[in-house]
Amino acid sequence: MLRRTTTILAAGLVAVATGAWSDADDNELVVNDEIEITTQAAAPAHVEGLSEIYSGWRFREVDTQAAQMDDFDNPAFLAVDAAQIKWDTVEGEAGKSCASCHDDVMESMKGVRAVYPKWNETAGEVRTLAMQINACRTENLKAEAYGYTSNDMTAMEALISVPSRGMPMDVAIDGPVQSTWEQGKEMYYTRYGQLELSCSNCHEDNYGNYIRADHLSQGQTNGFPVYRLKNTKLNQVQDRFKGCIRDTRAETFNPGSPEFVALELYVASRGNGLGVEAPSVRN
Amino acid sequence: MRLSTLTLAMTLAAGVAYANPVAPGDVSYTEYGAIEASLSGAPGDAVNGASVASSRAMGNCVACHKVSSLDAAFQGEVGPSLDGVADRWSESELRGIVANAKKTYEGTIMPSFYKISGFVRPGDAFTGKAAQGELDPLLSAQQIEDVVAFLMTLKAQ
Ligand code: HEC
Ligand code: HEC
Repeated sequence: MLRRTTTILAAGLVAVATGAWSDADDNELVVNDEIEITTQAAAPAHVEGLSEIYSGWRFREVDTQAAQMDDFDNPAFLAVDAAQIKWDTVEGEAGKSCASCHDDVMESMKGVRAVYPKWNETAGEVRTLAMQINACRTENLKAEAYGYTSNDMTAMEALISVPSRGMPMDVAIDGPVQSTWEQGKEMYYTRYGQLELSCSNCHEDNYGNYIRADHLSQGQTNGFPVYRLKNTKLNQVQDRFKGCIRDTRAETFNPGSPEFVALELYVASRGNGLGVEAPSVRN
Repeated sequence: MRLSTLTLAMTLAAGVAYANPVAPGDVSYTEYGAIEASLSGAPGDAVNGASVASSRAMGNCVACHKVSSLDAAFQGEVGPSLDGVADRWSESELRGIVANAKKTYEGTIMPSFYKISGFVRPGDAFTGKAAQGELDPLLSAQQIEDVVAFLMTLKAQ
C-alpha cells in the first residue's frame, strides 16, 4: 500500500517536475585542505527510493559550506574543545575520566561515529552514540547521565566524531538490529500529523526542491551533531527529527525514545557510503 | 465542466437561503474528487483568498506552489505552478482539490485543508504536543471558498 502510494506520488511529481529536480550542487568538500569527504555516492541497495545519495552540505549556500571547510571557521569547534577537556577530566564516583579507559580520543575513537547506531551485545539493545556515551557515564564513571540533547551531549558527540571525519558511514542493518531497522523504515514512510507528511515526502520525493524558503536535502545524518546558524548551537540528530515531525502538525516523539532510536538507525543506514562530516555546519 | 458551472450558479442561488457551512465530515465529493456546492453557502472573496494563499499562518499554498500574481516571497516548487490553473480545472474541481486533494490525486503530498480526522498522531498545531479534542480544519469553509475564488482568477489570458 505504502509503496504504491509512493510510486503514484513519484509519477505525479515527475510529470510536473520543472528541471529543478534533485539539484544538489557540484561542490567538493575538503576540510582543512586535507580531509576529503564523500558527499555523493550510489544509494545503498536497501534504499529503494533513491539512486544517488547526497550529504545535506551539497544543498547549502556557499557561505554555509565554507564555514565547514576549515576547523578555525567552524563554530562547532568551541564545543569540541570544551568536550576535550571533559574527556580528560575525572568525574563521578569511580574516579575516572573517559581518557582513563580510552586514552587519546583521536586514536581510540577512529571509526566509531561511522557505525552508530549499533547493536550492543552485553546490553542486548540498539545503542545510539548518545546512549553509549551515557552508558559509559553511568556504568564506568559512575557519573550522572547527560540530558539526551543537552549541550554536554552534543559536544561529546562532536568530539568523538572528529577522528571519523571522511570515513564512510557504515551502519549495519541486519542480524540483531533488523527488527529495529524495519520499525525505523516504517516510521520513515508514515505520513504523520494533520499535514500528513512523511520523511520520504520531503527528503526522498522532493529533495532539491524548495519548500518556501527551505532548500530540501535528503535529510541525511552524516553531519550530526550539526551546528545550525539558525540557533547558533550544536543540534542533536533526534532533536532535528523532533522538529521535522512537529512541523507536520503532529504529536512528535521524544529524543531518546525507542521510536527515535529506531528512526535514527534507519535514517543513518540510508546514508551508508557518505563520509562522516560531524560536526557540520548548516543553516 | 460546463455542467458544473450551471450547478454552481444554482448552488450560489441556494447559498443565499442556506448560509450554513458544511461540516468537514459531511462534504460530498464526486467520483473524481470535486465538490459541487459552496462549503460556506456564500460566494468566495478572491482578494481575501490571495492573502489566505500567501500567508504562512493560513493556507501557505506558496510553500509548495508558485503563483506569479502574488508578491509573496520564497515561493516553493514542490507542487506545480498555479498560473493558469482556472483554465485546467472548473470551480468545483478546484474546491475539491483544496478541500482534500487526495480525492483527486491519490497519495499526493498536498495537505487536505478541509478534513479533521484520519490522521496519524495529530498534534496541537505546531506545538509537537498531542491534539486536544476535535481538530479544526486547516482552513475554514469560507477561507476555502475565498481561495477557490482567487484560483478562479488565475487564467492565462
Ligand atoms: C515538511 C517537510 C519535511 C518533513 C515531512 C521532514 N523534514 Fe526533515 N527537513 C526539512 C527541512 C526544510 C530541513 C532543512 C533543510 C534540509 O536539510 O533539508 C530538514 C532537515 C532535516 C535533517 C538535517 C539534514 C542536514 O544535513 O542537516 C534531517 C536529518 C531530517 N530533516 C530528517 C527528517 C526525518 C527523519 C523526517 C521524518 C521523521 C523528516 N526530516 C521530515 C523538512 C522536512
Ligand atoms: C506540501 C505541498 C503543497 C501544499 C502546501 C499545497 N499544495 Fe497544491 N499541490 C501540491 C502538489 C504536489 C500538486 C500536484 C498533484 C500531485 O501530483 O500530487 C498540487 C496540486 C494543486 C492544484 C492543481 C494544480 C494544477 O496545475 O493542475 C491546485 C489548484 C492546488 N494544488 C492548489 C493549492 C492551494 C490553493 C493550496 C493552499 C491552500 C495548496 N495547493 C497547497 C502540493 C501542495
